[in-house]
Amino acid sequence: MTKILIIAEHDGETLDSATAKTVSGALPMGAEATDVVVFAASAAAVAKQAAALAGVDRVLTVEGDDFAHPTAARLAPEVAALASDYSHVLAPSTTFGKDLLPRAAALLGVNQVSDIMEVIDARTFKRPIYAGNAIVTVKVPDESKVVATIRTASFAAAKEGGEAAIESRDPQASDPGHTRFVGVEGSTSEGPDLASAPRVVSGGRALGSSDNFDIIYALAKSMGAAVGASRAAVDAGYVPNELQVGQTGKIIAPDLYFAIGISGAIQHLTGIKDAGTIVAINKDGDAPIFEIADIGLVGDLFEIVPELEKAVS
Amino acid sequence: MKILVAIKRVVDYNVRVRVKSDGSGVETEGVKMSINPFDEIALEEALRMREAGKAEEVIAVSIGGDEVQQQLRTALAMGADRAVQVSSATAVQPLTAARVFKALVDKEEPGIVFLGKQAIDDDCNQTGQMLAALWDRPQATFASKVEIDGDKAKVAREVDAGLETLEIDLPAVMTSDLRLNEPRFVKLPDIMKAKRKPLETLAFDDLGIEASVDHETVAWEPPPKRGGGIKVESVPELVTTLKDRGLL
Repeated sequence: MTKILIIAEHDGETLDSATAKTVSGALPMGAEATDVVVFAASAAAVAKQAAALAGVDRVLTVEGDDFAHPTAARLAPEVAALASDYSHVLAPSTTFGKDLLPRAAALLGVNQVSDIMEVIDARTFKRPIYAGNAIVTVKVPDESKVVATIRTASFAAAKEGGEAAIESRDPQASDPGHTRFVGVEGSTSEGPDLASAPRVVSGGRALGSSDNFDIIYALAKSMGAAVGASRAAVDAGYVPNELQVGQTGKIIAPDLYFAIGISGAIQHLTGIKDAGTIVAINKDGDAPIFEIADIGLVGDLFEIVPELEKAVS
Repeated sequence: MKILVAIKRVVDYNVRVRVKSDGSGVETEGVKMSINPFDEIALEEALRMREAGKAEEVIAVSIGGDEVQQQLRTALAMGADRAVQVSSATAVQPLTAARVFKALVDKEEPGIVFLGKQAIDDDCNQTGQMLAALWDRPQATFASKVEIDGDKAKVAREVDAGLETLEIDLPAVMTSDLRLNEPRFVKLPDIMKAKRKPLETLAFDDLGIEASVDHETVAWEPPPKRGGGIKVESVPELVTTLKDRGLL
């Protein structure tokens, strides 16, 4: 019998859309029950949002003061304790899920399936390896619990329309005390969230400097898009790392993606493969980015980008 | 303080990996192999800690056949004091790798085990977190800045929301993100010197390790291709095309 537990990701008030995508990833597993657990200092608001997702049968809330900024060390034993009632434990493949779930998997004595991009059946999944240059089909043995992260770019968010029951549970572990949250510095970038924006404008090393990146910000602003960057642009210090799109940064699936001055290293392409339409602007007509672009424009980005900004404003 | 550093042998990051035509795996024959780039960053950080007087010994550890000795020698040339190869004829999955490291932790009693956040071959991103669970110690994954202060460490972590800072007690597990540092280049005299540094080979039996139940990979395939792209000649043509497709 397939019973799925999904770990909710949230900021204390709002359920992250990654959780709704994880619910969609769980659907094709054909579970008898799909529950979402919310660990929070105060879970009511987030639990209500989770309960409204179509496909969710039950929302469990586990509340405690030490869940305000919980660490993986704090949460993993809670997840492992709840897991005894389930055949599957899932989390989104975000930094939250990537940090937490392997720790819980080890407590449960199983390997994790990372980054599920397609569900074949309840125990068989497709996932990318080698930065997405190969896709493997992985089978979890019958005797093992399935512990897996869901690649959010591969699944649309579950729609609202559910009316799941909300039940409270007591914490099963206590804070180990050895890991303390100090703070988080939010992204300095303005505009929509890169991970979920329908339009993204990314710049690469060809921008040449942090100052020159202003034309990317301006273009993004003119069409309500989020700003992204290649690893090369991040490495060169033009923009902060949280803007990085690619295998080692964010994997995104916007409806419209602009790759500007980005040659198209494999690791970048991995991050944008699921985008709806990819527009490439580059002065090198042979750049690999044009192999996957839907619309290409060869030319000087310093002329094209301001002209484009004017045209769409 | 000792620091254990994980060194995984992987296909070099510059190689474009291809799936074999019969779908039985990926082409690795005659392909350049290197230290997993994130492990190299982990090693660099450990070496800097030793150079700053925060650690006494840096031990490079790899799991695999004798071919991994190449990468361990590179780690020694970068500056690791000694190396341990845990012999395995087949690739191990993350839980088994974590069990190997746990056994070495019991033997060496390090203050830090530093791993790459993920290996660029299987892209699992699990071993560090699993080791922290088995060891019941703190984990600071995706580290982009580490400050050691006595028996504590402050670690800035690359998370989706930005930069998170944790304070952790040592001993602990850390995994490196890309921006933590830029690894040094190996110089020729160091390669010669590395040949004389100790490299120990251990068997799973020596460590009392059992391999875990593994996931079975039943198929390999190349990724779906995007294609059918067009080129436009000008900005007005680009804007018209986007509008025609309902994207603007």
